[in-house]
Amino acid sequence: MECSCKNVHSDLSLLDTVLDTYANVDGSLITILQKAQEIYGYLPQDVIRHISEKTGIKPAKIMGVATFYTQFRLKPVGKYLIMLCKGTACHVNGSDLIEKTITETLGIHDGETTEDGLFTLKNVACLGCCSLSPVMMINEETYGSLTPDKTKKILAELTAQAKEGANT
Amino acid sequence: MMKVVVGAGSCGIAAGAQKVYDALQALNTENTAFELRITGCNGMCFLEPIVDIYEESGDLTRLVKVTAADAQKIASAVENQNLSALDTLKISDEDAEFLNKQTRIALRHCGVIDPESIEDYEKIDGYRAIRKVLLEMTPEQVIEEIKTSGLAGRGGAGFPTWFKWNAARSAGGEEKYLICNADEGDPGAFMDRAVIEGDPHSLIEGMLIGAYAIGAKEMIVYVRAEYPLAIKRLENAIRQAEKKGYLGENILNSGFSCKMRIKAGAGAFVCGEETALIESLEGSRGMPRLKPPFPAQAGYWHKPSNINNVETFANVAWILFNGGEKFAAMGTEGSKGTKVFALTGKVRRGGLVEIPMGKTLRDVIFDIGGGIRGGKQFKAVQMGGPSGGCIPESLLDTVIDYKALGATGAIMGSGGMVVMDEDTCMVGMAKFFLDFTAKESCGKCVHCRLGTKRMLEVLTRIADGNGQEGDIELLEELCYSIKDGALCGLGQTAPNPVLTTIRYFRNEFEAHILDKKCPAGECTALISYTINPEKCIGCAKCARNCPVHAISGTVKQVHSIDPEICIKCGKCAENCNFGAVEVH
Repeated sequence: MECSCKNVHSDLSLLDTVLDTYANVDGSLITILQKAQEIYGYLPQDVIRHISEKTGIKPAKIMGVATFYTQFRLKPVGKYLIMLCKGTACHVNGSDLIEKTITETLGIHDGETTEDGLFTLKNVACLGCCSLSPVMMINEETYGSLTPDKTKKILAELTAQAKEGANT
Repeated sequence: MMKVVVGAGSCGIAAGAQKVYDALQALNTENTAFELRITGCNGMCFLEPIVDIYEESGDLTRLVKVTAADAQKIASAVENQNLSALDTLKISDEDAEFLNKQTRIALRHCGVIDPESIEDYEKIDGYRAIRKVLLEMTPEQVIEEIKTSGLAGRGGAGFPTWFKWNAARSAGGEEKYLICNADEGDPGAFMDRAVIEGDPHSLIEGMLIGAYAIGAKEMIVYVRAEYPLAIKRLENAIRQAEKKGYLGENILNSGFSCKMRIKAGAGAFVCGEETALIESLEGSRGMPRLKPPFPAQAGYWHKPSNINNVETFANVAWILFNGGEKFAAMGTEGSKGTKVFALTGKVRRGGLVEIPMGKTLRDVIFDIGGGIRGGKQFKAVQMGGPSGGCIPESLLDTVIDYKALGATGAIMGSGGMVVMDEDTCMVGMAKFFLDFTAKESCGKCVHCRLGTKRMLEVLTRIADGNGQEGDIELLEELCYSIKDGALCGLGQTAPNPVLTTIRYFRNEFEAHILDKKCPAGECTALISYTINPEKCIGCAKCARNCPVHAISGTVKQVHSIDPEICIKCGKCAENCNFGAVEVH
């Protein structure tokens, strides 16, 4: 299979300050990857190679770390990253129903992005807002006590917001 | 001037506290009408957003479920000194009991002080314990005081804190580390988040005392990346403490120096295990190490290291300030002090509950939590997250004590308490936890990596109605071999949710396997939907919402569901306003 990432050319200079600070500090790989993801939205392959060259850590080890932790993504995500809590309290209070609603409304499953690049759905273990369960977090904003209707409303509002933003 | 305080923990903010704060601030632009402040989560999560009004006399009026639309009313009542105008928003006496029945040590400042102000913390005796420790006590005396208190690790294992500190102190070498485990990964537990968001300075002070006791010059807090607000408030607190000379070189002129930094985790449940956490701190995959050597001998970069969790450290300054004996006076023979529980699930009043050890589960769930909501029956309480177990009603009088809870097959754990009612399927619950541990297994040990997968397959087929005779025994066999064959705590305890559900709810497993029935009505493969002709008024709302057109009937006539077409999505039940759709 042909690698789909060969045409990715990220602006590697954006990472200069991060690498200047951390490249030679032992044990900083996770921090560097976190900062890189903040900059690029995900971890493109050319960025991983660049980090490898600057730190002397083999690309295989970097991939090992990047695939071990749930925070890291190897593909771009949508404008809105929906982190749906699948913790115990949310499970007991019906998070499966919320997941179904999101899937029905947007046509995406866990880990997928909508074709328009607006939404990515990611199931996460626990967001620690159990008393408001079921809960989801979209780009650092937490939405609690979800019902299917409330979820649809939130998604519709965000879609409208994005369209408005695109038109202005 | 009256003080208006908005509870702004991340759960409060999710419930709308920030909007309430902004609305109040807009009405108080000159800062003349009242003093507006924030505070952390006081644990009454079921009443968020909460606004506390302190009169000059110190009297407190607590308003609950406040919305931004109430801001005008609050501002004028405060300005006119007429709080009786706010009676409709005031907390009920019954709900107020939720806090009154608690004994708070670890959470003593949560919801009381402004977590972003070091002055607030200093005013209530903050940093007095570290002053006493650095200027009047030897490290050995500190460890002795912790030993007297009987404090045990609140993260799950319940290991005596003094013993770990002593081991790290006795280990040779100049370079030592003190690490705080704030990777609160147990789904259903959020007390550590509440402490960091609501009282970050008590964590810093507790850690400083620990660092002095073991002789560490560097402290690291490993926080989950899912807790952005906690990270922000702790960063702010560290900067404030550095400025005031509580962190850095020659602290309070004692000659003791110690610095502190935060490391954001990247999402891996296994990193709650201390050696996996160390691997992660070193920038590697978080896979547990073989013990011994223990972290006290060879931990972070193979230097002596001590790791405790947030709640443990939150008790330390209190113990040193008030004396270990006062702490040990609470609790049972084997479990001293208090414990915080995160009470959630199908309970009426959910939130953070801190009570002395020795109380019963019934006290927490029924007396403080108000029992099950919606008039349903209590079925079980899940304790200790994916490492714990489900405790049935017959054992509700079990006292909260490490040993007594362990005897039920569950564990104290970090304090997650998820309450389940008659509608929760226990096979589904066991499957839920196995799905979690199978995903979170780091893959190092074969028994855990493959065993959890095989167990998940068996549980899935039982839930799907394809269970076979002998499946329960097969599950048990897999449970014991994983327990024996796994290296770390995650693997060794992963079978607990399955073992306890089989032990206490075996009949539910049998109903799934033999009768192909789900008594709780949750497993879609084993249920069917019908319409009760007595209740159906023929509004046709169900038929309109059915995605596969399985419902037929004319308007104003009783409708019916064709089981051949029905995909059991539950849309009809969800949309029926008359409770006419029934699950069997």
